[in-house]
Amino acid sequence: MSEPTGNATQRLPGTLRDHRLAAEAVARGLKARYWAERRFKFYGLAAVSLGMLFLAVLFFSIISKGWSAFRQTYVQLEITYDPALLDSDATSTKEALAQADYNAVVKAAMRKLFPTVEGRPNLRKLYALISSSAGFELQHRLADDPGKLATTERVWLLADDDLDQYYKGRILRSEVESTRPLSDQQLDWADQLRKSGAAQLRFNRQFFTSGDSREPELAGVWGAVAGTFFTLLVTLLLSFPIGVAAAIYLEEFAKKNRMTDLIEVNINNLAAVPSIVFGLLGLAVFINFFGLPRSAPMVGGLVLTLMTLPTIIIASRAALKAVPPSIREAALGMGASKIQMVAHHVLPLALPGMLTGTIIGMARALGESAPLLMIGMVAFIVDIPKGLFDPATVLPVQVFLWSDIPERAFVERTSGAIIVLLAFLIVMNGLAVLLRNRFERRW
Amino acid sequence: MNNAVAEEKTAPSTEAGVNVKPSHRQPGGVDLTPQDRRTVGTVTVDNAIMSARDVNVYYGDKHAIKSVNLDIARNQVIAMIGPSGCGKSTFLRCLNRMNDTIESARMTGVITMDGSDIYDRRQDVVQLRARVGMVFQKPNPFPKSIYENVAYGPRIHGLASDRAELDDIVQTSLLRAGLWEEVKDRLTNSGTSLSGGQQQRLCIARTIAVNPEVILMDEPCSALDPIATARIEDLIDELRASYAICIVTHSMQQAARVSQRTAYFHLGDLIEVGETDRIFTNPRHKLTEDYITGRFG
Repeated sequence: MSEPTGNATQRLPGTLRDHRLAAEAVARGLKARYWAERRFKFYGLAAVSLGMLFLAVLFFSIISKGWSAFRQTYVQLEITYDPALLDSDATSTKEALAQADYNAVVKAAMRKLFPTVEGRPNLRKLYALISSSAGFELQHRLADDPGKLATTERVWLLADDDLDQYYKGRILRSEVESTRPLSDQQLDWADQLRKSGAAQLRFNRQFFTSGDSREPELAGVWGAVAGTFFTLLVTLLLSFPIGVAAAIYLEEFAKKNRMTDLIEVNINNLAAVPSIVFGLLGLAVFINFFGLPRSAPMVGGLVLTLMTLPTIIIASRAALKAVPPSIREAALGMGASKIQMVAHHVLPLALPGMLTGTIIGMARALGESAPLLMIGMVAFIVDIPKGLFDPATVLPVQVFLWSDIPERAFVERTSGAIIVLLAFLIVMNGLAVLLRNRFERRW
Repeated sequence: MNNAVAEEKTAPSTEAGVNVKPSHRQPGGVDLTPQDRRTVGTVTVDNAIMSARDVNVYYGDKHAIKSVNLDIARNQVIAMIGPSGCGKSTFLRCLNRMNDTIESARMTGVITMDGSDIYDRRQDVVQLRARVGMVFQKPNPFPKSIYENVAYGPRIHGLASDRAELDDIVQTSLLRAGLWEEVKDRLTNSGTSLSGGQQQRLCIARTIAVNPEVILMDEPCSALDPIATARIEDLIDELRASYAICIVTHSMQQAARVSQRTAYFHLGDLIEVGETDRIFTNPRHKLTEDYITGRFG
């Protein structure tokens, strides 16, 4: 009994000695406390810097590899629309001109540029420097203006991808001749072309306006961009209303019982399901059961809707939860019905959060490729899709496809497509931040 | 002997309501006998607009209000006082069925308004809340313009046929709430940009814009400074001419200043009801006396 009493008197506040003891105890711990604070700050800084470093490496690697895809070598040729080659029966009809051999005109122009080259094998090597699309280009030009027949004009034509890669420094003279796509002789011609100014790197319009192609210089991302647009359009139109309606029902109207708990747990689980599983589901349900076409943006959009819905529902519920209950009480107290309370007061306050969640969900869908592989959006598609049921592919799948092709020119195009994809992602996420800042209301 | 059994019976129910801090319990920790819990004073009035009979409210297992009988008179302010957790706010929220929004809440008994049961299945809750308005503890204007705040009720209930009439209702309501002079030049500003006291008067204006018969006020001044409080109290006194007002308050001075009748709640029981002057000068129940003299609560 005596011991506790002794302790108690020592611990009792009010005596001078005890004040000093307390102050000393505080002082003893002080250094360690500040040290812990500094240490934690350092860990945080280190984590942030490491993250930034990785991000910088990623961006540097992609941009340094992909930037060159936005420029493409063109060769200027003096083209003579020779009637002898194009219009052998001298009828000048549209049909005849459409079927003529424009490659012969290109070849003639190349021979004129390099008059010393002789012999079929050598000539074939020479012609290989120009893209196989050059003939079509000339055909379009003449079809647009038939008056050009029998005249001569200087035309910038697409160079072959190997010539382009040589100019960009991706094919080197130091390589063993047999292992590089261009022979020594072709490299000599290439140097001559560059010296004379007949070969130039220009903005690669082809990359942004055309669909996929086996020829790297003809391949572009526009087909994939259009496919992505249609796919995400379907996703947005389905997942936003369904997701928001589900969230509103669960948050505002549903009774809180075991059933809604079960639904909530399952929605959270669905958000964590690997996306390829949704692809398999889409294949089984939408294609095999409902008979929708393969490779169609419609099916892609449906699959991505399934994948995005949980994200949107969770984000929307969080946004609804963040609306203060006092607003709900005020509305109900005024005699608003439940649906009026939601529509007039809760929804306007929750909408920015819902939109942010939706855009983040859409950004995830934009970068998704695995589920789309399952439903056939991985096919080689040259045509630009014009609707929801046309065969299409999307940007990430295009990246995946190109990354698999051995030709060197596709390496930079792969990175170029990634840059386009990243640009879209940054724009969408920027939009989310903008919306949040613009419409966030304080109360 | 009988008493002892009764005591044992009441013990668990008090224990279930143990959210209440020890200081709120009967001094000395003695549980109330049934005699103690019987309401002292007259619960009925001649010109009642609402009357509650044998009202019990449960939140899950918690018995929040125990067989309360009380009338609300026209053109009179009734103050409900009592320590925290005594059920006065719960009772207030029964009067316009705001407790319906709490899922675990269960209510038995009868509350009538002009003779008809407000918990009747045929009674529409939206209509009821248009007749029984409510002002909350924390000023909660909608994050919309001042005009929209006041116009909201008339708009959803279809009280104004055209814009001019709506303008008129808004102006009248703001005038009666004593806010018109301060906001007439900035009706388009957000309601949340006003000061706390102004916000609360805006909430009152919003409530009277639908012209209810009863106004319930749940500690309307607890978040306000003394000057704003004085303004609201003056306002309540003016509004009494047109409305029946029930006010829950923690301030006994406020109850004494604004009300004509006072009801004292204790742990879910209505302990004493009477003329405010009489309650504050001559309380009949020991608990009431202890509370208003500041011995606990």
